[in-house]
Amino acid sequence: MNLDLKNYTLFLADNALILGQRLGEWCGHGPVLEQDIALTNISLDHLGQSRMLLQYAAKQVGNGATEDSLAFFRNEGEFRNLLITELPNNDWAYTLAKHFLFDTFNFFQYEFLMNSKDETIQAIARKAIKEIAYHAQFSAEWIIRMGDGTEESHQRVQNAIDELWMYTGEMFVADSSSEAMTKAAVAPDYALLKEQWQEKVSQVLEIATLVKPEEGWMQKGGREGKHTEHMGYILAEMQHLPRTYPTAKW
Amino acid sequence: MQVLNLESANRTLEQVSDPEIPVLTIADLGIIRDVKTEGRWVEVTITPTYSGCPAMDTIEADIRTALKEAGWDEVKVKTVLDPPWTTDWMSIDGRRKLEEYGIAAPMDGTADKRILFGKAVEVRCPRCKSIHTQRISQFGSTPCKALYQCSSCLEPFDYFKCI
Ligand SMILES: [Zn+2]
Repeated sequence: MNLDLKNYTLFLADNALILGQRLGEWCGHGPVLEQDIALTNISLDHLGQSRMLLQYAAKQVGNGATEDSLAFFRNEGEFRNLLITELPNNDWAYTLAKHFLFDTFNFFQYEFLMNSKDETIQAIARKAIKEIAYHAQFSAEWIIRMGDGTEESHQRVQNAIDELWMYTGEMFVADSSSEAMTKAAVAPDYALLKEQWQEKVSQVLEIATLVKPEEGWMQKGGREGKHTEHMGYILAEMQHLPRTYPTAKW
Repeated sequence: MQVLNLESANRTLEQVSDPEIPVLTIADLGIIRDVKTEGRWVEVTITPTYSGCPAMDTIEADIRTALKEAGWDEVKVKTVLDPPWTTDWMSIDGRRKLEEYGIAAPMDGTADKRILFGKAVEVRCPRCKSIHTQRISQFGSTPCKALYQCSSCLEPFDYFKCI
């Protein structure tokens, strides 16, 4: 087994899984029906992508591992998702700001992965990019709508961007497994993705009449399994049923 | 019992409908990538429309059932991801049936980059055929649809979006 490839596959899978799980919390709580449906659709896309990636990770792990065992029977320290994906949803502005910052990163990441040297990751990426492009457009449009909206929506989305900014740094700082995958042309060079991300984010924030935060101190740890206090709760909810009733069937 | 060969397998598959849009068959959707037969054994390769499409498991089960009923002893269903499914693979007949059903058919050409920069596509109202329509939401009742409203007849409708 290639340990770096396994870790990197889990990084991609866990970002999609945790983000999808978190976003699903909006189901039945959206401000209007159309947006409720939009968020649950996006959540479904992420869960679908995480399934494909976890199936691939399970093959590498072996020993009877499955997509389900990886999703439901790993502990917090074994999840490799970025911290931004596990943060709570808070209000509409915060949720969309979180997605905008992540989706833009995700779009450029998958754009590279479409030509990854790993055939399976390449195939998954070619499928997923079409969905991710829709996600990125959706969240960017909402940032513009809220930023260039009322005084209150402007303030809320500006506060959200300011608060979330410190979670964007770790997107572009590779861990040792990602680094090895970058060398093997399986993964993008994350430091280089930053330029593309900065450019797109600045462009959207400007149209939205929002101020881009100053570079500052950045949180990190997700890629190595060190998570925020929110992660335990999300896993408790997601894993409760299969852990309590391991033989339960749908 | 009918003859079992590639042709009869294809005919059987043409009868399997999409569980969410029952006017369309899976052949109309263009998700069947390959069919192989040998004796009483058949293998069907399909590709998902969307990665999270909840209909895929049902479609797989429906394919199995249909082929078993047609007399095949062993049915294998395989899934491939690459090349990824695109709305371009939807048949002309499928597009017509969609519109008659009240869902605007996907416009030609894949979206990809165009949608990232938000350029609007022209979508025709399936009811009055007006092109004066507006998008209400990028995401509709299933992953493959967006929600539109006609400005001429005011009817809200689903648009099968391009991917
Ligand atoms: Zn109309």
